[in-house]
Amino acid sequence: MRVVLLGPQRRPTLDSAVRSLGLPGPFATVTAGWREREPDDGELAALLGGSVVNLGLYRRGLDVAGRDPEWAAAEREVRRVLAAMQEVYLLRLDYALRAVYAVQRRSLGGAGVDVEAFEEAVAGVRQLDETHRRRVNGVRGEFYARFPPHERAVIAGHREEVAAGLRDSSALVVAGGHVGVLADVLHLFNVAAALPSSSGGSTVIAWSAGAMALTDRIVLFHDRAPQGPGQPEVYGSGLSLVRDVVLLPHAKARLLLDDGPRMAVLARRFGPARCVPLEAGTRIDVVDGAWPDGVRVIGAA
Amino acid sequence: MKTPPKLAVNRLRERRPLDAAAVDRFLARHEVPVVEGSRCTFLYRGEADEVFMVHRTFGLPDHLPLRRLRGTDLWSGVLELPEGSRVEYQLEVVRGGHRERINDPLNPKLAHSPVGSSSVCYAHGHVVPDWTQFDPDARPGTLTDLVVPSPALRRDCPVTLYLPARFRPSGQYPLLIVHDGGDYLGYAAAKTVLDNLIHRLDVAELVAAFVYPGDRLAEYANSAAHARFLTAELVPRLEAELPLAGTPSARCLMGASFGAVASLATAYRYPSVYGSLLLQSGSFVFTDIGSDHGGGPPFEPVVRFMNRYRAAPRRVADRLFVSCGMYEPLIAPNRSMAPVFEAAGMTVRYTEARDGHSWENWRDRLRDGLSWIFPGPQKFFYE
Repeated sequence: MRVVLLGPQRRPTLDSAVRSLGLPGPFATVTAGWREREPDDGELAALLGGSVVNLGLYRRGLDVAGRDPEWAAAEREVRRVLAAMQEVYLLRLDYALRAVYAVQRRSLGGAGVDVEAFEEAVAGVRQLDETHRRRVNGVRGEFYARFPPHERAVIAGHREEVAAGLRDSSALVVAGGHVGVLADVLHLFNVAAALPSSSGGSTVIAWSAGAMALTDRIVLFHDRAPQGPGQPEVYGSGLSLVRDVVLLPHAKARLLLDDGPRMAVLARRFGPARCVPLEAGTRIDVVDGAWPDGVRVIGAA
Repeated sequence: MKTPPKLAVNRLRERRPLDAAAVDRFLARHEVPVVEGSRCTFLYRGEADEVFMVHRTFGLPDHLPLRRLRGTDLWSGVLELPEGSRVEYQLEVVRGGHRERINDPLNPKLAHSPVGSSSVCYAHGHVVPDWTQFDPDARPGTLTDLVVPSPALRRDCPVTLYLPARFRPSGQYPLLIVHDGGDYLGYAAAKTVLDNLIHRLDVAELVAAFVYPGDRLAEYANSAAHARFLTAELVPRLEAELPLAGTPSARCLMGASFGAVASLATAYRYPSVYGSLLLQSGSFVFTDIGSDHGGGPPFEPVVRFMNRYRAAPRRVADRLFVSCGMYEPLIAPNRSMAPVFEAAGMTVRYTEARDGHSWENWRDRLRDGLSWIFPGPQKFFYE
C-alpha cells in the first residue's frame, strides 16, 4: 500500500502528486472533514481531472443519526463519556506537563538527579497518553461490540455503497478539515477494509486532518490558540494505515517551533513515533509502511 | 538622550499669526485627542472661564485643567497614557460659575452605558479587536425573548436566549448565563461577539441566557432568592427544554461589577452546579479591619459576603476567569481575590487591561474569557 501524505493544500500539490503516480482515476474522495461544506468539492474534482466519486461520508453519518435513533442515542452517550474522559485526561495532562517543564528547566545543562527526574516526568506523561489512548479505543471498541455496525441495516447499506464507490477507483483521496469527524466516519463506514486496489496495491492520498486520520495516534495541538498554548493531547486512533507517527499539519503556524525545550518534550513524549510536520509543499510517500529517508522530524538533532 | 518631538499643540502655540484661521486649520488636520506617542492632547474650543478634562482613571487626579492658548478660544491639556490605554472622559466647562459636563465636541468616538455616554481616548497602541465588530461572514445566531415566572424572586423574569447559528436539536451545548443581559447585548455587543467567536472557532457553539435584574442592587448583592432563581428555576427549565450538556463543566455564570458578585454568590450557594465563572471587574469590596469600605450603603451586603468568603474561602467552581481594568478602583480587590480563589482550589485565569470600569473593557476581554472557559473546536481543524 502506498500512502501519500501531503501538506495543506491552499496552494495545491495534489494534482502534481496524482500525475507523478500515473493514476488514471476515477478517484474516491472523502471531504467529510468539511462537514456541511462536504459537497463543495468542485475545486478538488478539477485537481483530480474531474473523475471523482465523493463518498459523502458526512452526509451518510447524518443519515444514520436520523434513521437509526437507537444507534444515534447510544453514540451520543459514547460521545458524552469520551468527552468526559478527554476532560479528565486534559486536567491530568496539564499538571503532568507543567511538572515536566519545571523539571526540564532545572535539568537543562545539568546532570544526574535532575536529568533522571526529567526522564521520569516524561515517562509519566507517556504513560498517561498511552493509558488514555487505550481507554478511548476500549470505549469505542465496546460500543461497536454492543452495536455491531454491520448488523445495523442503515449502516450496512451505506457500507455497501461506500465499498462500491471505492471498488473501481484508482485511489482514495482524503481532504483535511475536522479530524474528529473524519476519524469517526472513516471508522463507521469501514473504509480501511474496502480500500481500492490497483496493480501496485492500494493508494491513499491525504493531507492535513485527512492525513492525521490515517495514523494510529491522532494528537490535537494548537500552541497559538486565543486562550493560550494548549497541551498537545492524544485524541484517539485513526485508521492506522500509517503507524508510529504523529502528524503535525501547519506546524509553523500552530506550534511554538522556536521553543526548543517545548519541542524536545513533544518529541520525547511520543518517541519512538516520529513527530512529522506537514507544511505547504510537504510530500511523504509511505510504501508498505516504509518511510523514505530524509523526512523532517521535530526534535531531531 | 533624544528629545521627544515637540507636540503639535506646542507647534501651533508658536505659530504667528495665531488666529482663528490657524486654529481651524489645526483642527482640520488632527484627530482629537491628538495622540503623539504616550502623550495625548485634549482640546476644547469655545469661550469659557475654565475647562477641565474629567475622567475616572484610578490613580490620576480626576480633573485635568485645560489651558487657553493665548489669543485664541482653544484650550488644551496633555495627559500621558501608557501604550494600549483606553480612557473614557468628558469635558467640564465653567462659565459664570456654572459648570457643565459635556462629551468632547471635537471627538466623535463615544462609549455608551446605562448611565449615558462619554467620549473615548484611545491611546497609542490601543486596538479595538476586530471580533467585536459585525462580520458579514459570521453566521448569525438567534435571540429569542422568553419569560420565566420566578417564585423565588416573586416576579416574571425576562430572559433573552441566544442560540448559535446552525443550532441542532441533537447537539449538546454548554450554557452561559449572563447577568445584566440587556447591557451586555446593548453595550458590549454580546451577540456580535458570540457570532464572531463561534464562527472563528475560538469559542464552542453555546447557548446563552441573558438575564435582567429587577432591583439590581438587591438581587445582585448576594441574594439567596436570585441564586435560587438561577439554579432551581432557570437552569432546570432550560436544560429540560434545550439540548444542553447539563453538566457542571458545561455551565458558566458570567457578570460584570455587581453581576460578578451575583455570579460568585450564586456559585457559593450552589457549589456543585457551575463549573466556571467569568467575572469582570467584580465589585469584590472587602475590609480587613473596621467598616469603612468606601462603597456606600449598596455595598454593605457585598462587603459582608466578601468578608465572610475571605475568612473561609472555599471552592465554588472549577475554573474562574477574572478580569479587571487597571484604571478602576476595583483593581485592588480583584488583584487581592485572585490568589484567594486559587488557594481555595480553583483554577484561576486573571487578566488586567489598561482600561476602566466600562462595557467596552468587558466586551474586549470576552474572547480571552470565553475561549478559555468554552474553547472552540480550533484544535480539531487542520485544513
